[in-house]
Amino acid sequence: MALGFFSRLKEGLSRSTQKLGGNLSAVFTRRRLDDAALDELEEVLIAADLGPAVAGRVIESFRSSRFGAEVTDAEVRDALSAEIARVLEPVAVPFTPDPARRPHVVLVVGVNGTGKTTTIGKMALQFGRQGLRTILVAGDTFRAAAVEQLQIWGERVGAPVIAGPPNADAAGLAFEALKKGRAEGADLLLIDTAGRLHNKGALMEELAKIIRVMRKFDETAPHSVLLVLDATTGQNAIEQVRVFKELVAVTGLVVTKLDGSARGGIVVALADQFKLPVHAVGVGEQAEDLRPFSAADYARGLVGEGLKLHSGAVVEQGED
Amino acid sequence: MFETLSGRFSGVFDKLRGRGALSEADVAEAMREVRLAMLDADVALPVVKDFVNKVRERAVGQEVLDSISPGQAVAKIVNDALIDALGGAGAVPLNLNNAAPIPILMVGLQGSGKTTTSGKIALRLQTRERRRVLLASLDVQRPAAQLQLQQLAERARVASLPIVPGQTPVQIAQRAIETGRREGFDVVILDTAGRLSIDEALMEEVRQIRAATNPAETLLVVDAMTGQDAVNTAKAFNEAVGVSGVVMTRMDGDARGGAALSMRAITGAPIKLTGSGEKLEALEEFHPERVAGRILGLGDIAGLVEKASETLDHEESEKLALKMLRGKFDLDDYASQLRQIQKMGSIGGILDMLPGMGKLKGQLDESKLDTSVFKRHQAIISSMTKQERRTPDIIKASRKKRIAAGSGATVQEVNRLLKQFDDMSTMMKRINKLGAKGLMRQGLSALMPKGAMPPQRPH
Ligand SMILES: Nc1nc2c(ncn2[C@@H]2O[C@H](COP(=O)(O)OP(=O)(O)OP(=O)(O)O)[C@@H](O)[C@H]2O)c(=O)[nH]1
Ligand SMILES: Nc1nc2c(ncn2[C@@H]2O[C@H](COP(=O)(O)OP(=O)(O)OP(=O)(O)O)[C@@H](O)[C@H]2O)c(=O)[nH]1
Ligand SMILES: [Mg+2]
Ligand SMILES: [Mg+2]
Repeated sequence: MALGFFSRLKEGLSRSTQKLGGNLSAVFTRRRLDDAALDELEEVLIAADLGPAVAGRVIESFRSSRFGAEVTDAEVRDALSAEIARVLEPVAVPFTPDPARRPHVVLVVGVNGTGKTTTIGKMALQFGRQGLRTILVAGDTFRAAAVEQLQIWGERVGAPVIAGPPNADAAGLAFEALKKGRAEGADLLLIDTAGRLHNKGALMEELAKIIRVMRKFDETAPHSVLLVLDATTGQNAIEQVRVFKELVAVTGLVVTKLDGSARGGIVVALADQFKLPVHAVGVGEQAEDLRPFSAADYARGLVGEGLKLHSGAVVEQGED
Repeated sequence: MFETLSGRFSGVFDKLRGRGALSEADVAEAMREVRLAMLDADVALPVVKDFVNKVRERAVGQEVLDSISPGQAVAKIVNDALIDALGGAGAVPLNLNNAAPIPILMVGLQGSGKTTTSGKIALRLQTRERRRVLLASLDVQRPAAQLQLQQLAERARVASLPIVPGQTPVQIAQRAIETGRREGFDVVILDTAGRLSIDEALMEEVRQIRAATNPAETLLVVDAMTGQDAVNTAKAFNEAVGVSGVVMTRMDGDARGGAALSMRAITGAPIKLTGSGEKLEALEEFHPERVAGRILGLGDIAGLVEKASETLDHEESEKLALKMLRGKFDLDDYASQLRQIQKMGSIGGILDMLPGMGKLKGQLDESKLDTSVFKRHQAIISSMTKQERRTPDIIKASRKKRIAAGSGATVQEVNRLLKQFDDMSTMMKRINKLGAKGLMRQGLSALMPKGAMPPQRPH
């Protein structure tokens, strides 16, 4: 009963504040993982953007193995992160350019403002340091100062930038850049594109056209299509991935802005549903702020280092 | 895709057959669906809980009049409460009552749309309110940020503060206000760098900017796709700088936009404007009744009608709106709608405004959102007789063959079209049923000229 759910939660809250003096004691306190405690954990996951359905599923499978167990907060934290890490493990695949491709062509796509241009700058630094000759392509010919933004990134990280005149045709530009990259023996071609909402058919068609036109030169291009997702995004990320994947055959994801308070739990739902590799995470605005995606770390971040159970029957009070 | 609340509700409501006062059990079940729908729509959990508790209190014990079903009664209570929580009827305008130059401060997370929205507001104030506006970028973080605002200012034909490299944001802010005063600007819009709510140093910086400029409006710019983190953002910015209004951007997407409710609930500030595209003209007033429908998964019919009436022949769209509302449009209407849809741009966007259109949208995706689907449908419909278009039910096997042959389509294609049309009318009828008793009324009546509303049918 829904009513019971809420009153139980309230009861649990007041009971815990009464019985447990401070946070410290919680660390030593063993509690029984009962319905109330599991409900509370489910809410932790919902608040991290897993979505009610996926949060419910994770808790169900957690319940089946742990229901009634007597646990401390630290144990719950570990066990729940492990449960989530299991879902994420298969998609934790680093991005590795194929040395046989010269250049390995990467098309970077996503909705507006997620961090595409910034991520390209970060990748250029990372792969440049590995000795790959990296060229950036200013394929966002639409947004104000988008070209200049990428040019500044190019200067920062020491990568050449190919740009066209304002409002140039992005597909034509990508084609020329690919030709040039091949002629110059580049290893990696990172193509920036204008942000676009997945529900705009005409804009999505433009993206498909970039791919079609590049294939006239090299039918294997692009070799990767990276979808950049903002960790603050809620359930709509599922639609984003579904549509971009369908229309431009996304090969992998990058999740940005994980240095903020958003937990990025939607990635769990995405891993579950689409199984697309998550290559990297953005953790800041600087060139160095790109990290490989680690399932275990991500899961821990989701659950929260500070996780504390308020409800659940207290079975034993440890010494303070 | 998640089921829409309307779908969920019809299931729950079918069971609500009793008369008299709404029981606790009736309401509890409906509230469980409301909770889920709101979480799916990205309303933040604490806000959902609070809302559901309030609605439950309001609903339990409520007398159900004989003229409506208990389900409709609950739906109405939920919808009304949501519209209330979103700010009630009527848009709240920007506060421009201070002495000139009036500072407007734009704040928010990275990439939420501050710079673009600054340009949009400048354009609007200049063209609609005849104010002289100065745009100033205080963003020394993001590469080419100041240039971006300058280019937007040029596009909008609005003045922008000359870029002086090396100044701190506070210095730029002071220079902007001085320039505004000296050169007689009415409004100075201060665009700031994106910042995370947990970035103490940058939050302190924006506090200082605020202290130095004393803005008449501090607008928090928020992406409509924002998830549960909306709570943290709203709290942090509100505590640091006192948000006076919220702008929801990317409402042209298909996110359900629950963040609007979270923002409103936590900051207490009204949602003043919404962004509906990348172009500088794409700025709109906030309409709680439409966003309520969107959050509950009922679709934005009112928004569709308005969008249609902007782009289309006015009379035609009114006719369309009426027919939709009556759940009574035929294949002729469908064909004329298809013709007009092509004029309106994004098909996906239009379908997203219609509840239950996920399936049709799916089919569109398969054909890569190719408008040729619509052209083919038009061709098929034009091969039908007048009678067939009015009463599609009479189209059986032999007629289908004839129509297919006449339009160069296959019989399957004809079947598919009829099926789609059928789904569409069923859905319209359902909206209508829920809608007449309150859900759509506010939205549509606001758009219709007096006397154009269909008569309320007895239940
Ligand atoms: N804190 C933080 N900010 C980021 C991160 N990645 C990008 N940003 C910021 O997000 C904002 C938008 O980044 P862009 O790279 O311009 O995003 P985009 O996807 O190219 O945007 P459009 O081209 O306009 O669609 C900028 O202010 C970036 O500095 C990240 O990992 N963490
Ligand atoms: N579709 C759509 N795109 C929008 C809207 N508002 C802004 N954008 C786009 O979102 C992206 C980011 O917008 P900006 O105005 O640069 O965002 P910002 O908040 O200034 O970003 P930072 O300064 O990096 O924090 C750009 O691609 C804009 O064109 C909107 O209402 N709809
Ligand atoms: Mg960009
Ligand atoms: Mg900006």
